[in-house]
Amino acid sequence: MSALGLSPAIAEFALRMGDSCLILGHRNSEWCGHAPALEEDIALANTALDLIGQTQLWLELACEAEGKGRTSDQLAFLRDVSGYRNLLLVEQPNGDFGRTVMRQYLFDAWHLPLLKALMNSTDKRIAAIAEKAAKEVAYHLERSADLVVRLGDGTAESHARMQAAVDFLWPYTGEMFLADALDEELVASGLAPEPGSHKAAWQEHVTRTFADATLKAPEKSFAQKGGRRGVHSEHLGFILAEMQFLQRAYPGARW
Amino acid sequence: MDAATISRPAVAKIWSWLGEIPDPEIPVISLVDLGIIRDVAWAGDLLEVTVTPTYSGCPATGVINFEIERGLREHGIEKLRLKRQLSPAWTTAWISAEGRAKLRDYGIAPPVEGTAACAGALVPLDVNCPRCGSQRTERISQFGSTPCKAHFRCTDCLEPFDYFKSI
Repeated sequence: MSALGLSPAIAEFALRMGDSCLILGHRNSEWCGHAPALEEDIALANTALDLIGQTQLWLELACEAEGKGRTSDQLAFLRDVSGYRNLLLVEQPNGDFGRTVMRQYLFDAWHLPLLKALMNSTDKRIAAIAEKAAKEVAYHLERSADLVVRLGDGTAESHARMQAAVDFLWPYTGEMFLADALDEELVASGLAPEPGSHKAAWQEHVTRTFADATLKAPEKSFAQKGGRRGVHSEHLGFILAEMQFLQRAYPGARW
Repeated sequence: MDAATISRPAVAKIWSWLGEIPDPEIPVISLVDLGIIRDVAWAGDLLEVTVTPTYSGCPATGVINFEIERGLREHGIEKLRLKRQLSPAWTTAWISAEGRAKLRDYGIAPPVEGTAACAGALVPLDVNCPRCGSQRTERISQFGSTPCKAHFRCTDCLEPFDYFKSI
């Protein structure tokens, strides 16, 4: 361990959490004014708001832990693709409404058990953010699971779209449960759980929901990976180009 | 009365001032009714007010902090610090009885008591219509006009209404 103790690991972990929340929040916000029903438009915007609020908490922690005097806004708006640590799942394009719902569900079913485990983190700041976020994410999961069932077990058209969404997104789920050297350090110091430790809870939720939704999980277990070390699909660059435009074009511009 | 006493009003007095500051989104209830003011204490001649956010992304948070500062400065508090406290996380169980009554009168069904612990886990069964009092209501959407509200409808008087959801 370096002279800085656990701070670099905490900073990196906070980036992983914050970046996934930020990119999924941004993706959801792309629906604002375009969702198929007013209630869904509002729900997507509210979910985006929760996630971006959580992003702020995680990125503030990352700034505090790295101690370089950066702000959460600087982290969000001035890092390039290779600096982002989000899951590949969340940067995938929205596609149709069904794919957006499925992406949210696969994420929520992972996010909630992870947050519940993080409430026992040895770092009080991590535990406090997790406690706050878990309450909001419980509502996200309730909604996304409900919609997966409604649309999966809906019309022939909605069922086909939801099954296509599962097939498309499934290869991006394996990454959620992979551990690397940082995870080993986090586990050893009690900061965060082993990523694989909440796979059973996720799997159980997905199996039950898919059964109700008459959807099939693909049998192939091939997993796309790289998000946590900054290796992303081409989509992230386009997200950042839009999200960061103002700060790139007018450096230091303030509200 | 010496200068220090004049410049340091009693904590109870400060709570009563805070109790007059309306929530920016739902102005019928105060920040104290909402349960987001967690502590008021003097540290020397500096007043520390501990505030907890409702939802982590609630856009009203910034406005709330601004209103607290403005409200207290109007009462002559000059040295003031706002502390953000995340844990224990805000829960609708902290909304006062008075706050619940005010919400109902305003047309927002207050959170069903005792359900905060199971946030998101269930649809509250006994949300009464804030207009006609009927128990025959149904949820239209878990997400409403602000992060803290769900959208309901009364199947008796047919009016839609907001439900302040448990969290």
